[in-house]
Amino acid sequence: MTAVTTPPKKQAQRGQPGQSSPKLAYLPILFLAFAIGIPLLIIVVYSFLEKPSQGTGVKWVFTLENYKALFIQEKLDGTTVLDTRYIKVLWTSFYYSIITTVVTLVLSIPVAMWIATRDARKRNLLVALVTLPFWISILIRTYGMRQIIADEGPIGKFLGLFDISFSILYTPTATILGLIYVFLPFMILPIYASAERFDFRLAEAAYDLGAKRMTVVRRVILPSIRPGVISGIALVFIPALGSFLQSDMLGGGKTNMVANVIANNFGQARNWPFGSALAVLLIVLTLLFVLIMQGAAKKRGDKVELV
Amino acid sequence: MSEKYLEIRNITKVFQTPEGGEVRALDDVTLDIASGEFFILLGPSGCGKTTLLRSIAGLEYPDSGEIILQGERIDDKPPYDRPVNTVFQSYALFPHMTVGENIAFGLEMENVEKDEVTKRVNEALEQVQLAGYDKRMPSQLSGGQQQRVALARALAKKPKVLLLDEPLSALDLKLRRGMQVELKRLQRETGITFVFVTHDQEEAMSMGDRIAVFSQGKIVQLDTPVEVYRRPVNAYVADFIGETNLIKGTVVAGGISLPGGHVLPTDQLAADSVIPASGEVTVAIRPEDLVLATNGVIGGTVSEVIFTGDSVRVHVRVGDVEVIAALASYGTEIPAQGSSVTLNPEHRAARTVAS
Repeated sequence: MTAVTTPPKKQAQRGQPGQSSPKLAYLPILFLAFAIGIPLLIIVVYSFLEKPSQGTGVKWVFTLENYKALFIQEKLDGTTVLDTRYIKVLWTSFYYSIITTVVTLVLSIPVAMWIATRDARKRNLLVALVTLPFWISILIRTYGMRQIIADEGPIGKFLGLFDISFSILYTPTATILGLIYVFLPFMILPIYASAERFDFRLAEAAYDLGAKRMTVVRRVILPSIRPGVISGIALVFIPALGSFLQSDMLGGGKTNMVANVIANNFGQARNWPFGSALAVLLIVLTLLFVLIMQGAAKKRGDKVELV
Repeated sequence: MSEKYLEIRNITKVFQTPEGGEVRALDDVTLDIASGEFFILLGPSGCGKTTLLRSIAGLEYPDSGEIILQGERIDDKPPYDRPVNTVFQSYALFPHMTVGENIAFGLEMENVEKDEVTKRVNEALEQVQLAGYDKRMPSQLSGGQQQRVALARALAKKPKVLLLDEPLSALDLKLRRGMQVELKRLQRETGITFVFVTHDQEEAMSMGDRIAVFSQGKIVQLDTPVEVYRRPVNAYVADFIGETNLIKGTVVAGGISLPGGHVLPTDQLAADSVIPASGEVTVAIRPEDLVLATNGVIGGTVSEVIFTGDSVRVHVRVGDVEVIAALASYGTEIPAQGSSVTLNPEHRAARTVAS
């Protein structure tokens, strides 16, 4: 993700007979190529096929109807109107993901900076604590979240003592909370990785030159940890865009994200070609986002490569 | 030199060690630095000199004491409110900014007008002989050039005191010598008061108007380079500043009995040497003050002869101590290894020092 120059000494050591053979990398690369490439290919192919009149699967007839159906609805009388349902779903997904990214970013920078300024032993412990949620299945964690924010959960009961009504489960707020909770570590870790390398003597130099605390943060610290911030944004925003567990379990399926609609088309709605078309659209939009980010990063001269 | 410009009053700073102990980095340090002075804080690592510098900069807050600049207390102010700037040992150039932006940074913090910033950036770059380098990134510069940019960045602020924290220690000897001359010139031209931290006694002597020699958080001696070199207050200073033969002797009638049995007469010692009535004393003699003599007071066997170009260093075994004499490499007959020689101190340069 983040290009870091390794000290040449290490490279020299690795260049010795024990150097990792590219052959060892073939198998996992091949596995990844199959596991990502083939499903992707299937999705793309399916998106251009017709839905069978009965049951699931596809009918091997080429059509562009699936893509048309993303934006245009054909009425019974044959007239066509703009269909905003899927655009809205996509917008909802983007909107939730943007909020998630911004909130995790704002929360992560102070945490990452704080961890990075501890001594080495404490740092390792704190990083381990940040990764602690990974030890528990995301499903279980989301269930746990549901219990906590339920109307009759601990928060609800506590606020009930003061006659404050608390009802956020099965609302967009709950979905976003769930997203923030799950993706927070993915933001903290890359920013921490950048912050740890930050030379705090630069902050001292900035103070010495007359900068106040916030100016030091804005003009010296933030630019230095920018590669980590960009990695963090990519690591949070992209998977958040494709999330469906949170809106399914915490949002109560009322406010769908695009992944929920895709899942539904492959499940209950039994419309694989349309689900595929929606998936392709999501992939294209994600890719677009990544390219824009990379373009912005390159413009500023950061050595960040996301693709 | 008597006018008070920067006053350090009873500064004490104690650090806690991770093991739970305490280190007195600065122990009740008091000193005055005059306006326009090139002042050196000299000492081995861990002696407190850098802590004092950082305390003046505001990067460290002393536990007690006062720092007064032009009659105004500054020790309770944050670094950005102090009219002093630092040149860091690591240079600490902002890697994401160009050379010009690095220098402009400090001026922007003072809300200097844009045209004026450009003017002063160029001025500062000219001062350090890097005119035209403003568009480069720090990573594209050599160590010596980065050093100059760090200097320009601090000078552009026109500080009342410029603090330099071992700025030349990362440079090779030749570059360092060149920079020493240049720093001297810059200091003269700008008239800015320099406080310069170093552990290199040669650097201290060649640049400083005055030197404060530190040891374990205290100032051991504060004087001009000549005085510190010629009249070290104790064996520590004598040994730290330049090279010195420290010879233990015993006070006898008319002089000091040295190892090997010879007596160094009192009238060959520096006039202000303090000689106790009896007991042991330490005599300090610089190698270059020793000459071969037919009937000298220090006698022994030559154990090593080393030619260094400008001098010949002769190691003479005297009893159980080794005395080094630096002899002129021309015009002197160089004794052979293993031969017996006697040496005499010249110019009454030998002196007793407190151990």
